[in-house]
Amino acid sequence: MLALGQDEIAKYPFLADAGQYLKDKGFTLEQFGTDPDLKQLIDKAFDRIRVAADGKIYKSDLDGDHVSKEAALPREVFSFLLAIVLLKLSGMHTLIKRFALAEARRAEKYLEKDLANISDESKKQLAIKVIDDLFSIQIEKLDDYFVIPVSDYLKHSINFHEREWKLINRHVENGQVFLTPHETVRLIRKELGTYINSKIINAKTPSMISGFEDSVSKLILLSKKFTTYVVTTGEYPPCIKHAIEVLEKGENLPHSGRFMLAAFLLSKGQSVQQIAPLFKNAPDYNERVTLYQLNHLSGTSGSGTQYSCPSCEKLKTQSLCFATSECDNIINPLQFGKKRK
Amino acid sequence: MQEADIKFVEDSFKKYYFECFDQIRVPERTSEREFGYQKFNSGMTRHISIKSDKELHLLFMQNIPSDVYCSNAYYTFPNLPMNEKDWKEADLIFDIDAKDLNLSCRENHTVSICNECNEISKNSVQCLKCNSIKLEKKSLPCKNCINASKTEVSKLSEVLIDDFAIIPENIHVYFSGNEGFHVYVYNSQFQQTGSRERSELADYIMLHGSIPETFGMKKFKPNRSSFPDFNEKGWRGRFSKQVFGSKSKRSKIITELLTNGYSSFQKTLDNVSENIGVKIDPNVTMDIHRIFRLPGSINSKSGLTKIYCDDLSKFDPYIEASFLSDDSIEVLANCPIEFNLKNKKFGPYNNERVTIPTFAAVYMICKKLATIA
Repeated sequence: MLALGQDEIAKYPFLADAGQYLKDKGFTLEQFGTDPDLKQLIDKAFDRIRVAADGKIYKSDLDGDHVSKEAALPREVFSFLLAIVLLKLSGMHTLIKRFALAEARRAEKYLEKDLANISDESKKQLAIKVIDDLFSIQIEKLDDYFVIPVSDYLKHSINFHEREWKLINRHVENGQVFLTPHETVRLIRKELGTYINSKIINAKTPSMISGFEDSVSKLILLSKKFTTYVVTTGEYPPCIKHAIEVLEKGENLPHSGRFMLAAFLLSKGQSVQQIAPLFKNAPDYNERVTLYQLNHLSGTSGSGTQYSCPSCEKLKTQSLCFATSECDNIINPLQFGKKRK
Repeated sequence: MQEADIKFVEDSFKKYYFECFDQIRVPERTSEREFGYQKFNSGMTRHISIKSDKELHLLFMQNIPSDVYCSNAYYTFPNLPMNEKDWKEADLIFDIDAKDLNLSCRENHTVSICNECNEISKNSVQCLKCNSIKLEKKSLPCKNCINASKTEVSKLSEVLIDDFAIIPENIHVYFSGNEGFHVYVYNSQFQQTGSRERSELADYIMLHGSIPETFGMKKFKPNRSSFPDFNEKGWRGRFSKQVFGSKSKRSKIITELLTNGYSSFQKTLDNVSENIGVKIDPNVTMDIHRIFRLPGSINSKSGLTKIYCDDLSKFDPYIEASFLSDDSIEVLANCPIEFNLKNKKFGPYNNERVTIPTFAAVYMICKKLATIA
């Protein structure tokens, strides 16, 4: 683990060992519930979660200069640690997820600043080390850019659906991808969020502490806001419509297209017997082979794995995507027509 | 395929495997690979593990397979079902096939075989005899097909070496045995790269999915300064060479591009991609569990061998990849297209009995254009 100064812990509080930190500072959780001065920090922690739940980034005291740094730093760490306690007590996973993501974005800002820091080499080295320790990405500085191996880049970039993150839209040279400090930290946002999320999930849940009850029940109320209902239109997405049309015309649909169609329909609950006739018009139709492959896909034969419908990204690569505006940035054909209410 | 044809082709294959077993390259780390094979008119047998040359030889002699495959992946338990194999890593593989290159020569040497009445005609959309549209296309690739495929292999190597820092010695090129090439990349940084990541690599290599911004065209307030230049690395440099042609034309063409606007630039980009993107089959590259044709084995689509290409520019598959015997055999040939094998010209044959060398007979039988008389 990294040796962190007070300054760093405030910026990256998720790196700290929470229990140890409280002990070092000479506090117990119970004190926060009872001591009126310390109780403010619970409100601060609640606020930190509320802001995160709204999809915003918690505005840190560190950014202003209206308070002395000495007082601000521990408060910053405490509010983070207490927020985790509140979240654990509420048990609301939707809130934990949102909080983790918002905290990741907050840390991202600092990482970016530290990476771009040209006056303080140690800050930059710390940021590079944080990224290496947490995500095993080796970053090197090359002129104004940070470069990382293509294989490392891909591990993270495949989580993005915006086209500018596609490898083809990157400066690639000599087996490495060139990134700005902003892009470097943006690249690990999701993993940072996942890291913080798993740290919270894996933390022990304390039993209820007196003085924490109000904030916890407010959190439970808050999480209700995020329950969603989904309605489906039932219409097929354009890629599936296209595949069916091709087959109906008796034209040749490539193997990958047949795979997509069958996996899609199986996921929608159709049976092998319902799907098989679709392929009758294919120029190379063979009933035995069709049934064998459909049974394989559905998991009734072979290894028993049920295959899922390929992602939109994959279908684009295979030239099977015929996206329309109705697709509305879905990432898998199965999501087509689902509207959140 | 009919019994007599299968017997004949199997005998010819067996002879090759018996006499030329040293042609077959057992891949490195053999025991970590999954093998599979097919026999004529039968399904795939896979999840086989093989420990040595000897075992592989035995498999050939006992089964006389029509096709043999070996995984690009390395597993702890290659013979267990897929989800228990314990995938470790996989070599990067590429398939370049003449049929995917949109070549104009194709229609001159493609035949259509009707699935209903077996009528054979030159490339058509409908059976000339029974009007069925269930046609199977068979191509007898020409020199142009092979040369165009070689060009794609060279383009691929350039991207691999310049952009991905692959060491040239780690790129191995094989003739696929039919109408294209298989390229293997060993010991790269991508050995442990997963399927979704490999699909991104494929898109990169194909110049697929790029946005105008990457090549300097902005949606708002576009300006000249961000357009690529000739000395740039990667696709920006290759884009410059393709679109600007020469340094003197660069400025004028940028002005044109700016005038035409953003959406027109996207069309330019699609066009450029069609011209300079490498035409690989993305499905092969993104598959990390594939069993890929074993080097040295015969491709049953042609009777030719999948063979290592030492010097790609000089390589001629129709001379160097045909290893079957010269013994004469009488066949009933219905092959409307002329072809060359081992420096000999064959066809066209119009439903006639001909006596020809085994290698040519097998070639036509594999293409369903002849049967044993």
